[in-house]
Amino acid sequence: MGILEVKGVNKRFGGLQALGDVNLSVVENTVHAIIGPNGAGKSTLLNCLVGKLIPDSGSVLFDGQSVLGRKPHEINQMGISRVFQTPEIFADLTVMENVMIPCFARRDGAFRMHAIESVRHEGEIIAQAEAILADVNMVNKRDMVASSLSRGDKRRLEMAMCLVQEPRLLLLDEPTAGMARADTNNTIDLLKEIKQKRNITMCIIEHDMHVVFSLAERITVLAQGRPLVEETPENIKGHPKVREAYLGEAQV
Amino acid sequence: MLGLNSRDFKLFAIVVVMTLAAPILLNPFPVDSALGQSFNAGYPALMQRFVIFGLLAIGFNILFGLTGYLSFGHAAFLGVGSYAAVWMFKLLSYNIIPAMILSVVVAGLFSVVIGYVCLRRSGIYFSILTLAFAQMSYALAYSVLSPITNGETGLQVYSDDPQVLMSQGDPIVPHLFGLEMNSSVTWKLGGWEFIFQNGYYLAAVFMIAGFYLSIRIFRSPFGLMLRAIKSNQTRMSYTGMNTKPYMLAAFVISGCYAGLAGGLLSAMDPLTGAERMFWTASGEIVVMAILGGVGTLIGPVLGAGLIKYLENIVSKINDTILHNWFAFMPDWLDNLLVAIIHPFIGKGWHLSLGVLFMAVVIFLPGGLVQGGQKLGGLFRRRAKPAETETDSVVEANSKTPAE
Repeated sequence: MGILEVKGVNKRFGGLQALGDVNLSVVENTVHAIIGPNGAGKSTLLNCLVGKLIPDSGSVLFDGQSVLGRKPHEINQMGISRVFQTPEIFADLTVMENVMIPCFARRDGAFRMHAIESVRHEGEIIAQAEAILADVNMVNKRDMVASSLSRGDKRRLEMAMCLVQEPRLLLLDEPTAGMARADTNNTIDLLKEIKQKRNITMCIIEHDMHVVFSLAERITVLAQGRPLVEETPENIKGHPKVREAYLGEAQV
Repeated sequence: MLGLNSRDFKLFAIVVVMTLAAPILLNPFPVDSALGQSFNAGYPALMQRFVIFGLLAIGFNILFGLTGYLSFGHAAFLGVGSYAAVWMFKLLSYNIIPAMILSVVVAGLFSVVIGYVCLRRSGIYFSILTLAFAQMSYALAYSVLSPITNGETGLQVYSDDPQVLMSQGDPIVPHLFGLEMNSSVTWKLGGWEFIFQNGYYLAAVFMIAGFYLSIRIFRSPFGLMLRAIKSNQTRMSYTGMNTKPYMLAAFVISGCYAGLAGGLLSAMDPLTGAERMFWTASGEIVVMAILGGVGTLIGPVLGAGLIKYLENIVSKINDTILHNWFAFMPDWLDNLLVAIIHPFIGKGWHLSLGVLFMAVVIFLPGGLVQGGQKLGGLFRRRAKPAETETDSVVEANSKTPAE
């Protein structure tokens, strides 16, 4: 039984069957990649996992509990964090404030009024935030406004914000989309390091095969909203169905 | 000190001193001089407006400055607070304490309801919803709710009102345990005259307390969450935060500030009408915040002060006064200048305000506070040219949302 169990999920947008009978099982402490050509339904699937979309039918269980019908913040509080295609950070706040907010979310839950206390006196929160900044090598940037960071640093910051919550499942939506090769490699290293240090279950949606084959232990291939195969990276490479999905049907 | 860092404490101390010394500071010219008659602002009726509208703007800034949600109906809470206070005068007694409490409570409840509905939308839709609510309140106060609001006449205290807590010999004006709001001490010093009025000082104490609370909120985890909501709501919910209650809390706090300001207006003059809720009143609050500097601590107070100053001082100037000023010039130049300035003074003071507002928005999007910072930076650059470069870089990067 995986930590994340997706069973028979369907989602239609008008006449388009975005997801058709998708099954997926992510095993704890593995890196699971979801690949597929454009329009295969990868992002739709991810949005169904985090509460942004509600599937028409099927079930999504996280650690035995259904996530369907819950709001994004409730799902996050269950232990699922998400990294976006373009980093979603608090651009107007400093790097330090960016990482302090998830620390507060972990300690205080979805809502708590601390309107009189000073942020300066939250020693424990500050310590946590500083520790995670050290982990991602961003201590020297702690007082910078997040919008002034480089793209790679924004990605690191977003990752730090997710990690500081110690999620049980980290969802990554094309974490290297639009990155230069060097940045991509840095991200791969960062993810490997995270995996080693923290042993977090990760589920990655990715276009870049280089990233997928460097990280993934299991791969699910989606095409036209349906799962084609679920295999180890070695077996995916030469798989005829995968070739077909990516290159189109061979004309005989 | 007082749980503030040294910068905030300095700002707070300056505000306290300026507020308490306002009757002196705002009367820089002798009473009988021409300048004194035109520009002295240290008379109680105007100073009360400075601090009460300052308080209103501080509260508005907690919503608009921190979360970025632009409420276009804040005058409704001001009006509700005013009515509540006058009702306390009518039913209990002229003591202002119950009146202040009820005006805050009623405005708070009112803002829970309005906030709950309006916060379902954001951006322009939120603004329009709040505007609609405020206009509905205004219309109701004028017509259907006349038994409560006394319609067009305005709500006031009559001699046959119950006033159950009133005993023989109690003052028949709003008072704080016998301290009458409209009584004052006048201090004459040569040609100068300084008026210290109870009512002004009461309102000033509330404004200072409100300002202190707003600094604490700005620096608190709650304030941080509000700024985070302004910055990125998506990330906020994917960080496990429920943005709705945070927004509602900010809305209600700012509604309570407005209610208190309304209550204070009634305490200064126990007569209130529906026009306090009219949409232009809401718009004025927005202009105050933007003029002073949205999201800064002191900006809204400055904005409120400036608008009330222009409203009272510029509208007082007329052609005769102008002719007096320009008397030393040749007649043709005198007449020309008066003709040019004429539309901007007296009843045309809104035109002056409009020009000023446009200039601020275009050249100083950060409001008067940004203007002050620029001036400060200019002086520092002159003083020590070598250090400034690094100085300004550090400042640009250190986020502090406020000066």
